[in-house]
Amino acid sequence: MKLKAPGARNAALFAAVAVLFIGTGMYQSWNSSLGILNMALISAIMALGLNLQWGFAGLFNTGVMGFVALGGLAAVLTSSTPLPQSWQAGGPRIALALVLGAATIALAVAIYQRLAAGRGRTLALLAVLVGGFMLYRYVLDPAVTAVEAVNAAAYGNIGGLGLPILLAWPVGGLLAACAAWAIGKTALGLRSDYLAIATLGIAEIIVAVLKNEDWLARGVKNVISLPRPVPYEVDLQKSAGFLTWAQNWGFDPVTASSLVVKLAYAGLFGAVLLAVIWLSQTALNSPWGRMMRAIRDNEVSAAAMGKNVTLRHLQVFILGSAVIGMAGAMMTTLDGQLTPGTYQPLRFTFLIWVMVIVGGSGSNWGSVLGGFLIWWLWVMVEPIGLLALQGITAGMADGSWLKVHLINSAAHMRLLTMGVILLLVLRFSPRGLIPEK
Amino acid sequence: MDILNGLVTFLNFVFVPGLAYGAQLALGALGVTLVYAILRFSNFAHGDTMAFGTMATILVTWAMQSAGISFGVLPTALLALPFGIAATALFVLATDRVVYRFYRHQKAAPTIMVIVSLGVMFVMNGLTRFIIGVGEQNFSDGGRFLITAGEFKTATGLAEGLAVKTTQALTVVVAVIVVALLFWFLQKTRTGKSMRAFSDNEDLALLSGINPDRVVAVTWVLAAALATIAGVLYGLDKSFKPFTYFQLLLPIFAAAIVGGLGSPIGAIAGGFVIAFSEVTVTYAWKKVVTYLVPDSMAPDTLLQLMSTDYKFAVSFSILILVLLFMPTGLFKGKSV
Repeated sequence: MKLKAPGARNAALFAAVAVLFIGTGMYQSWNSSLGILNMALISAIMALGLNLQWGFAGLFNTGVMGFVALGGLAAVLTSSTPLPQSWQAGGPRIALALVLGAATIALAVAIYQRLAAGRGRTLALLAVLVGGFMLYRYVLDPAVTAVEAVNAAAYGNIGGLGLPILLAWPVGGLLAACAAWAIGKTALGLRSDYLAIATLGIAEIIVAVLKNEDWLARGVKNVISLPRPVPYEVDLQKSAGFLTWAQNWGFDPVTASSLVVKLAYAGLFGAVLLAVIWLSQTALNSPWGRMMRAIRDNEVSAAAMGKNVTLRHLQVFILGSAVIGMAGAMMTTLDGQLTPGTYQPLRFTFLIWVMVIVGGSGSNWGSVLGGFLIWWLWVMVEPIGLLALQGITAGMADGSWLKVHLINSAAHMRLLTMGVILLLVLRFSPRGLIPEK
Repeated sequence: MDILNGLVTFLNFVFVPGLAYGAQLALGALGVTLVYAILRFSNFAHGDTMAFGTMATILVTWAMQSAGISFGVLPTALLALPFGIAATALFVLATDRVVYRFYRHQKAAPTIMVIVSLGVMFVMNGLTRFIIGVGEQNFSDGGRFLITAGEFKTATGLAEGLAVKTTQALTVVVAVIVVALLFWFLQKTRTGKSMRAFSDNEDLALLSGINPDRVVAVTWVLAAALATIAGVLYGLDKSFKPFTYFQLLLPIFAAAIVGGLGSPIGAIAGGFVIAFSEVTVTYAWKKVVTYLVPDSMAPDTLLQLMSTDYKFAVSFSILILVLLFMPTGLFKGKSV
């Protein structure tokens, strides 16, 4: 294991971020500090995944949101309550439709590659695609109606497998990796800014599917009460052992239970984060990592050295997406529910980008630092901005429309702040807080 | 069989909305394509420039309305538009001075410029939300319809009506005027010619004494004007909501790329290709087909290929197809 000790400067940076979290705990509440910490751990993992793609390989992926959402879907499919009745109503038929859809696309690709260009090929392609689409809808539509009719108020979806939710994390990674394979196959050959636009679009489509295909995960009606990997607060409060423990240490049982639950989450997320950092650092310093950076810095000369640029790009795109998908499953676990309506590119794609750039592209520790720092800011800018605006408007007459407007708008300070931070870092410290070596 | 009613239904639900939407996309895509041709990067902040310009126009419109100024049957926003354009142009020029110029002089890679434009996107998005909020704003006034469905039915005696909103007609008229002016400017004026020369070959243009700062400044002003006009027309036709404008980025980019990034003609063609594809794929064709086929063959399903929520998927699929099979777009664009 080669966890190179970050230098004194980097240690100081991490210490400064730790002070932010400790300060929040002391002056606000430990409960909210730990709440921010848990999302910060998940954000750091997402940033590490994006850093694999952008920092290691220079792939401009603006589809982070899509992979996060797929991870969330994996959590629902793996762990929500099985609904045998709904599944019997149309599950197998839906599966058949999806297989038919995939087969249509595979057949079209095969025709395109095997047949010589010409009118015959175009006609064959059209026939396969149109016929395949109609067959797909013919098989799918009645099954969807049937599934959505079963107990529509409470479920109306195909249900999950009822497996432990910790299992959903690797499944989330796997699902995101499969999607990344398909996306990478079509879009990775594109120029960098085209790739950015393409991935932005794919992420929107993935979220649109989650929002509208109610049979899958109830759409915007949300799947709630997913199982938890840690005990419930109310159960802790009922357990005699916990109560005596809390009493011995002089804690209020209600506060203590919620702190213990959050700490348990933090332990789980922290363990995953450490594993991902260790793997990323090992990869970065391995011959594979050096090859990836060589490809990033000069594709032409790397190709001339006999490196398969396309294959390597696909590889690293899949790996990075898998890490992001896993983090997405972890986030849905923490929330206890999947809410497709809340997935927005500014929050789930571009904020992760800010983390990676501010931390330092290509630097794993930088991404982790960026994840912690930016997530803390994202949450705390709102109260800080409110305080600042209250200070600015203190001299104004109460009830003046400007004062009311300014104070009500404090919530929108965060986007502005993130933009300014990103621009300042790009301008004055383009290699980030912890530059790549 | 009733071909006339079928045709009217088609015009009412597909053609007229598609035409207006296409004109709005075309104006947006023109801005993206101009920035790409001169400054050589994909400007991710364009959707939010549209939102910013629309917001400025809305604020002036409100001021005018409260001062009792109106534009008769036309929306007051049209009077406010020049002020909105001026405000946006000033803001964009300031952004260029504070942010983009540094990277241009460094000759930064296009990818870096795109990331910088992400930062600008955050700032503009935040500012817009800060000033006008995230809610939906309707700022259309004046006459609602050029012709309502009821009037059309009584005038023609057909069973189906054809409604044309004032804003739809206005969109198309304004778009035609703006595009004509833009092409006249690019083809005939000295500045326009120097812009085209700069776009074709920067070094040669610099050697022949073209002032790059002037070309860049004019480009930003044009982009701001196009973005504001597109945004205001879209807002009049539908409604204004900052998040929707951010999402418009996708079809606008699709339009610019499908037409060929850097080609103004292409941007217009791309706008209409994307708009009509989105509308035709997500429209439920049942009514039109029922009119066109004999009664016995009338469909009993909606005949909707995809639900309207997937309209982004349509523009995106076209984008991918074009990128894979025709990488420079319908009209030969340029690639950096």
